[in-house]
Order: sequence, then C-alpha cells, then structure tokens
Amino acid sequence: MKTTLKPIYLTQLHPGDNCKVNKICAGYNATRRLYEMGLNTGANIKVVKNDIGPIILSLSGNKIAIGRGLAEKIIVEN
Amino acid sequence: MNTIALVGNPNSGKTTLFNALTGSNQRVGNWPGVTVEKKEGNFKFNDVVYNVVDLPGTYSLGSFSEDEIVARNYILKGHPNVVINVVDATNIERNLYLTTQLLEMGAKVVIALNMIDEANTKNIKVDIKTLSQKLGTPVIPTVASKRKGIDKLIDEAVELINKDIDYKANISYGENIDKEIKSLKGLLSKKNLDYPHQWIAIKLLEGDEYIYQMLNENDTLKNQIGNYELEIIDKRYEFINNISNLTVKLPEDNKETLTDKIDKIITNKFLGLPIFALIMFAVFELTFVIGEDLLGGIIGTGIEILGENLEQLLIYLSSPIWLVSFFTDGVISGLGAVVEFIPLILVLYMLMGFLEDSGYMARAAYVMDNIMKALGLQGKTFISMIIGFGCNVPGVMATRTLEDKRDRMIAILINPFMSCGARIPIYLLFISAFFPNNGGLVLFSLYSLGIIVALLVAKIFSKTLFKGEPSYFIMELPPYRLPTPRNVLRNMWDNVSEFLKRAGTTILIVVTMLWILAILPMGVEPYSQNSLLGGIGTFIAPIFEPAGFGTWEASVGLFSGIAAKEAVVAILGMIYAGVEDGVQLTQAIQTAFTPLSAVSFMIMTLLYTPCAATLGTIKKETNSYKWTIFSAVYSFVIGWIMAVLVFQIGSLLGFS
Ligand SMILES: Nc1nc2c(ncn2[C@@H]2O[C@H](COP(=O)(O)OP(=O)(O)OP(=O)(O)O)[C@@H](O)[C@H]2O)c(=O)[nH]1
Repeated sequence: MKTTLKPIYLTQLHPGDNCKVNKICAGYNATRRLYEMGLNTGANIKVVKNDIGPIILSLSGNKIAIGRGLAEKIIVEN
Repeated sequence: MNTIALVGNPNSGKTTLFNALTGSNQRVGNWPGVTVEKKEGNFKFNDVVYNVVDLPGTYSLGSFSEDEIVARNYILKGHPNVVINVVDATNIERNLYLTTQLLEMGAKVVIALNMIDEANTKNIKVDIKTLSQKLGTPVIPTVASKRKGIDKLIDEAVELINKDIDYKANISYGENIDKEIKSLKGLLSKKNLDYPHQWIAIKLLEGDEYIYQMLNENDTLKNQIGNYELEIIDKRYEFINNISNLTVKLPEDNKETLTDKIDKIITNKFLGLPIFALIMFAVFELTFVIGEDLLGGIIGTGIEILGENLEQLLIYLSSPIWLVSFFTDGVISGLGAVVEFIPLILVLYMLMGFLEDSGYMARAAYVMDNIMKALGLQGKTFISMIIGFGCNVPGVMATRTLEDKRDRMIAILINPFMSCGARIPIYLLFISAFFPNNGGLVLFSLYSLGIIVALLVAKIFSKTLFKGEPSYFIMELPPYRLPTPRNVLRNMWDNVSEFLKRAGTTILIVVTMLWILAILPMGVEPYSQNSLLGGIGTFIAPIFEPAGFGTWEASVGLFSGIAAKEAVVAILGMIYAGVEDGVQLTQAIQTAFTPLSAVSFMIMTLLYTPCAATLGTIKKETNSYKWTIFSAVYSFVIGWIMAVLVFQIGSLLGFS
C-alpha cells in the first residue's frame, strides 16, 4: 500500500522536481485557498525555487510563491 | 440602464479591459490586488449607454476575503445584465475556476479570453469553439492592452443582454453531493429566496457562513449538512480538466522563459534584497535628476510671473487691498508652493508605474517576505505598503486582500508611515534649502526610515495588541511584461491629477481658512505672530522645543498638515514668503531652521498623525473610532519621539 510509505513534503523537493499534490494538512482556510489556486488533489506541480524564503512553484507554467510554513504542510507524490 | 460587470482573477487584465471598454482612467497594475474597490465607467453602443463595473480581482467567489464578498454581492444584488469574465489564456485552468462559480450562480456570462497574444508566444493552443460549446458561454479572444477583440466582445455582451436564455452549468459533483443538492433544493423550494436555489444549496454544502446567516437558519440545519467544501472544489476542477483536456494544448517542452531567467537573479537569496534597495534608490535619484535638474524651476518661474501679473492686474482693476492680499499672499504663495513640485511628482510616479506594470512589485513582496515573517507579518502586507507610497488612502484600502484580520489591522495601522506623495513637497523644500547636493540620498533615507519604523511598530503590535500565528503566504508571481506606455502614463496621470485635484479643493479650502486666520483679528499685520494663526502656533510651539523647531511657524505648518499634508508647505509659503516681497521661501527656511532641525522636522512630518482623508479611510476600513483615534495619537507620539531623539542626539554629537 502506498500510504505506508513515508510522506514526502513539498519542502523536501529540489528545484526542477516534478510532483503531484497528494494531501494538504494545513489549516482550513489555507487549504481552501491552495485548492482554489489550483493546488488541489492530483495537480501537477514543478518546484522552481526552494532555498530560503517562500517556495516558488510552477503550475502549468504559472508561478506561485508559497510560504515555507505552509509548504511544509503539503504532501506530494512523484 | 444596462449594466455589465467585469469579473476575473487578479492580474488577468481586467482593469486594462475596463479602460479599453470605457476609455476612462483607472489605476492599472501588474500585480495581484490593485483593484480593491469596484469602479464604474460607461460606453455607448448603437446609441445605448452601457454601464461597466470593474469588480475586484478574485480567485473565487466565496466569502473568504472582503474582496470576494464585494465581487459576489455585486453579482447577486447589483443584478448586472451580463457578466464579462476575463480569463487569462496563459492560465486557463485556474481562471476557469471562477467561471464555474459564475455559472453556478446562473449569471449570464461572456468570456473574454484575454492575453491571447501571450498564449500564442508561449505556444499554448486553445480550441475556442469547443471551449465555448462545453462551457455554454460565448468565448471571445482579446488582447486588452492592444484593444483587440473589444468590438466583438461588446457585440456578444450586448447580444446576450437582449437574449433570454437560462443556461445551467452541467457540473456533476459526484453522486453523494448531487443527491444532497437535490434534497436541499427540495427544502429550499418552500422559501422565497432571491438567489438561485441550486447555488444556495451548493454554498450550504460548502459551509458558507454568509449564506447560513442570510437564511437565518438555526444550527440544526448546519449540523445536518455535511461539509463538502474541498470535495466540491475538486469536482469543479475535474469539470474544468475535462474541458481543458479537450480544448487546451500546452507546449511539450517547458523551456526556460525570459521571466525564469530574470527571476533567477532578482529573487536570488543573496541578491534579492540589495537589488530591491538599489532599484528604489535609483528611482529616487532619477526623480531628482530628471524632475529637478531638467524640469525644475520652470514651474516655479511660471508661478512667480503669474503672481506678479495677477497682482498688477488686481491693482489695475483697483480691487480692494484684502482681495489682492488673498490672491498674492494666500492663493499664489500657498498653492504655488505646492504646485511647484509637480515635475518631481510626475517623474516619481512615472517610474513607480513602470515598476508596477513590469511585474517587479510581486517580486519585491516575495523578497521582503523573509523580513516580514521575522516581524510577524507576511510578504503581501508589503504590497499595501508600497501602494501607500502613492497615497495612504488606497494603501489602507489595499489591505483588504489580506485574509487574516490580525494581519490586516497591523497593515492598516502602519500604512501611514509609508511616505505618501503629499509629503514630498515638504522634503523637497528642506532639501533644496539645506541638502541640495544629496537630494536623492535624503529622500531615500526618509522613505527607508518610514519603512523601518513601520516594520518595528508592526513587530511590537504583533507581540502585544495583535498576538497570534503569522498567517500563510500565497502569492502569484505574474510574468514580467514590458510596461505599456499607456499604462505607465495613466498611472502617472492618475496620481498627478489626484494631487492637482486636491490642490484645487481641499488644499484651497485649507489655504483660505488659514489665510483668514492669518489676517484676523482685524488690523493685525497679516501672518504675524499677533494674528489668530500666530496665536495657535505660539500655543503649540513649546511642544516642539525639544525637537528643535519650536517656532510658531513650524507648529502652524504641522497643525495644518493634519488637514492635508500638502498644506504644510503651503502654509510655510504663506508665512515666510508673505512677509517680505522678494524673499524666496528657500532662503526664509534657511534662516528659520538649521540643517539638524530641518532633519528632525522632516522626520516629524514623515511620521506624525495621518491626514484627515487617511484617518477617514481608517475609520471606514476598521469600522472603529477607537482604532482611528489610536492611529492619530500613537503616530504623533512616535513622530515626536523620533524627532526629539534625532535632534538631541544630533546636538550632542555636535551637529547643528
Ligand atoms: N500581453 C498582454 N498583456 C496584457 C493584456 N491585457 C492586460 N495586459 C497587461 O497585464 C497586466 C495586468 O493588467 P491589469 O489590467 O492590471 O490586471 P487586473 O486583472 O486588473 O489586475 P488587478 O487590478 O490586480 O485585479 C498589465 O501589465 C497589462 O498591461 C493582453 O491582452 N496581452
């Protein structure tokens, strides 16, 4: 079963990595906003930048910056 | 009258389209959240006038932030005849999310598929016909910035107004939810409601507080209904993906765009902040070089000539002395002192408009997020602060995009520390009197000081008055665009015309009132310490003694600055230039102040009580007299403390 694997968090990925959103464990409002911005279950995202400061993602070519605190709560899968 | 509402995601080109439709002047910016209030304009088509309302850019029509509520309420209660939904063609999926919500509301929708030029360059292919079929709405490709497709869009919108169709979005939310919707609709059918039942049912399932309140339902209903919100969002996206799979083809290879390359440098962890500082410094330096060295003086000379001629004309017409005095000492010296700074303001706003339109501002917010977070705020707050540089009124209003109440209160309270355009004349006057060779540096330092004080105060607030977790940061980074001259010029004109308008209304009134105070009681030497005005100043002056400018003149200036910041220079112009003919205001300032007291005075004007218009806006946005009064008082105290500190420490160090 997939769920027995250790979850991967968005913050663990490197620039250039592609992944899919699996689950968001943030607060209710933040989760909703992420969903509405297109980061809903199954969305394909690419990490553009991940060093200090907010993580920059590319969602079908459009960039979104997400604060680290929030990015730590986004579980992804390859 | 027929009304057309414009709805779209932030940065989809809504404001640009609004301008293309109405030809009216609107503020346009290439960053999320510039349009915070609804704006209206109109156009004529076949002899019929159509009203156009530009609603705030939102990602959704929930009841999440103030912006969303404004947009949603207008669509529901304003009963627009048709809604033009601006969809960014380079980002169709996310933009269609808003569209699905419009369809759920049962609105008549025309889609303006905007930025189609950019989609073409990016090799994004859209099958417009199928898209229109699947959504059941007309889809018109447009390039708002080049006014392409606008006529066709108007045609379609007008046609739809006169058509009587009642289309329904065929979104399936999955068996479970569909069933719930059905049973809720059954429940609702007994009620007489203004809004479509289908929509209300969906909103109830999404747990929309606002709708629960509207229905005046007790909690039993709420407890009966499950919350399916995230599932519903997923289903909407499923609906969208099904359509976009058929109609949108993204390019295979994601090659590095120019935006990516620029971003690598500008958002770099080491370079980001220095670049931001450098850009802001360059803006102020250029403002001086172009605004003062190249254009400066022209207007000043013009006003002088105008003043002299007007005086002669009035005397020639044998007008009463008081009338001559009113125009020369009051209007010309007062307003003239303000108007003289227009070239500088023109240049500053042209440069700011250029930055805004290029997409850089969103990066500035990104770069600042680290610092902001350390202070218990988030990067987006910085956007409202930068808008405050123009004027604190829109700056305070721009805080509406902050979803967190705590963030928002802090952002409102610190906004007045952002040095607005009206304060520029004060600095410029003192710079030309004392620091003519370091103008850019002084201006840059003052702006920086404003930011630093704002951030420190924010830190204190977030630890004391507004405790809590810092809210999350989510922000779009729009692609860089070469600013269109039209947008840049419009931004500049908006700010300058606002400045002129204020000069012609508020400032004129203030100047007139001050002039009256200055010549009363009858027979007194105008603008002398014996006048009423002088009395007020003399009364306040001791407060400012420790700050180095405890003169009645300076006090009167600060006093009138609470009505409008421009009045500070106006009143100094009236007092100093009014006394002796031929004495230039700058020279008068040089004798009345020292370089050190000039600095402390500038700091005071930077930080002290916001102007009446800003206080009014704070009252409106916080809906609280308590916080409004708090804002007026605490900033005065901070300004005073800073001015005193600078003056006292400066004196100790041997500056004068
Ligand atoms: N290439 C291209 N650029 C466009 C088009 N329409 C607008 N723009 C640019 O896109 C940027 C954003 O436009 P705005 O009109 O400010 O967007 P908005 O949707 O009103 O944004 P908010 O005010 O934040 O809600 C500006 O720099 C415009 O010049 C278009 O069709 N093609």
